Amino acid sequence: MTDTNVQTGAGGIGDKAAVPGTDPAGELGPVSTQAPLPEERRASLAADAWRELRRSPIFWISSAIIAVYVAIAIAPGLFSGIDAYDTNQCDLSQSLAGPSGEHWFGRDFQGCDVYANIIYGTRNSLAVGFIVVFATFLIGTPLGAVAGFYGGLTDSILSRILDIFNGIPYFLAGLIILVTLDLPSIWGVVLALTLFGWMSTARIARSAVISVRDADFVSAARSLGATRLRILLRHVMPNALAPVIVVTTISLGGVVAAEATYSFLGIGVKPPTISWGLQIADAQQYWGRARHILFFPAGALSLAVLSFILLGEAVRDALDPKLR
Amino acid sequence: MPTHGETVLEVRDLVKHFPLTQGVVFRRQIGAVRAVDGVSFDLHKGETLGIVGESGCGKSTLAKLIMSLEKPTSGTVTWRGQDIYGLKGRDFAQMRRSIQMVMQDPYASLNPRMTVGDIVGEPYEIHPEVAPKGDRRRRVQELLDLVGLNPEHINRYPHQFSGGQRQRIGIARGLALRPEIIVCDEPVSALDVSVQAQVMNLLDSLQRDLGLSYIFIAHDLSVVRHISDRVAVMYLGSMVEIGSDEAIYDHPTHPYTQALLSAVPVPDPTRRNSRERILLTGDVPSPANPPSGCRFRTRCWKAQDICAKEPPPLVDRAAHAHPSACHFAEEKSAQQLAG
Repeated sequence: MTDTNVQTGAGGIGDKAAVPGTDPAGELGPVSTQAPLPEERRASLAADAWRELRRSPIFWISSAIIAVYVAIAIAPGLFSGIDAYDTNQCDLSQSLAGPSGEHWFGRDFQGCDVYANIIYGTRNSLAVGFIVVFATFLIGTPLGAVAGFYGGLTDSILSRILDIFNGIPYFLAGLIILVTLDLPSIWGVVLALTLFGWMSTARIARSAVISVRDADFVSAARSLGATRLRILLRHVMPNALAPVIVVTTISLGGVVAAEATYSFLGIGVKPPTISWGLQIADAQQYWGRARHILFFPAGALSLAVLSFILLGEAVRDALDPKLR
Repeated sequence: MPTHGETVLEVRDLVKHFPLTQGVVFRRQIGAVRAVDGVSFDLHKGETLGIVGESGCGKSTLAKLIMSLEKPTSGTVTWRGQDIYGLKGRDFAQMRRSIQMVMQDPYASLNPRMTVGDIVGEPYEIHPEVAPKGDRRRRVQELLDLVGLNPEHINRYPHQFSGGQRQRIGIARGLALRPEIIVCDEPVSALDVSVQAQVMNLLDSLQRDLGLSYIFIAHDLSVVRHISDRVAVMYLGSMVEIGSDEAIYDHPTHPYTQALLSAVPVPDPTRRNSRERILLTGDVPSPANPPSGCRFRTRCWKAQDICAKEPPPLVDRAAHAHPSACHFAEEKSAQQLAG
């Protein structure tokens, strides 16, 4: 706030916009920072939201955690001395050994280091989570928004398509895609989860758009002669996005869990690929004997989901001027 | 009172029926709500035409039709010699610029996620030929100043203002394109009385300064009297009486108008009992199934057989020289009604 003031104050002196009421001789320092055109900066929703975000500790905390996760995903070798893909590190005689000074998170059934597995699994799990969440957002939001905004025949057709996708059992469809297409590493899972995951986003977007479509300020924009596209992008979407953001960020946990379920069924990410989902699925069998091998990867997942939800919430609040 | 100049808007036989449908897959029409059913009037340059009537009589639908936010079932609105519903492209944009609206609810009519600067400046983005880009911000500030708001508040959001200030923002937006006609759809009914007066005085002075014509819709008779040069009374989708404010308020000839006026509270307890109160019985009939002939006959104390057969035309009556849609129009003086 203060830095923008100084800037505009300095620019305003030579400008024609310099306030006529101020002392013409007075180029005194304190005056220019204090009084003239205090709000010359141009406010917009995005700029105001960003300023608001910068002041939000939740935004910084969640961003920092996500940044750490991303760093781990990019360069896992920096965070773990043990290469999880190196099978020599596994020691079967130490199967299911508990946490120790050397192996912080203990060892799994194969005697491999759990910490290294989590670190090296971050890339695949986060990639699946982020790609699927963004893809469903990018597919679901426009489809739902168009259906809700235009209504009538467009809505009927899009809604029926949505119903058809909803009618197909999630896991059956995933099974067919994963078995028949046999895509490498995570891409089969990404495709299956995206193709059958966009519907809830679309539904939420549709209902949110319908709830603001007939608002008075939309009529006002129409009576000014605004085009439909302008009304949709400037008036309807900014007011309909909040619930979509919430649902999207919360769905990250569901996506990673679904990835784990596919792995558990043996059709998702397959070994030797490492992912949290695989580890969680694997750990369920040994719950009675060793709890740590479930607890640590599940904890990593929960923390990632929590940070993502908090980030989404901070963004949503920043985009609502009433909450400032 | 300003002298009535040229006609700027000609409304002829405007009809809007909303279909009532039944069935989910195969929709069939089982009737229609006759929201506006044959309304005609002229609007002159620089005048204010007040439109009064109770809730559900079609006032707001009429406003939406004139704003061309709804397409009429039939009828025309002629502006500069052209029917506004047939306009395309540039002519349509020109019409949008010339006919603007101030909406009823100042809390719902401003986008909560836009700054005041963006709201009032949006007309210039939609019609970029009106103001060059670099000039828009200054113009927005001028408009804010004109409607009595602090131009420095340009970066604020609507929720940071009071109801009356928000309505001023709405008025500033309506003025941005320098329209000839402003349709005010109950612009003060959501505001408290002191703020009502401020906003009406603002509308009044803007009219004098900018030569605007207003169509002023309200259900508050005293508000309409304060601002209007002519007044039209609506009942169940059609006009029952239209005339100068003096004709309507002091020499009403239609029984419905008389009943409306007699319902206005008199702020004088000594006169309260001396005036004649007309109490209407029954409810407003459903606009989906209006009575035959005169629409008001089901609640009218003068109704005869002819009222059920022949709809009374809106023409000048013997009782007083202004159009009234009653077969038995007779004057009741203001003294009788107001005590």
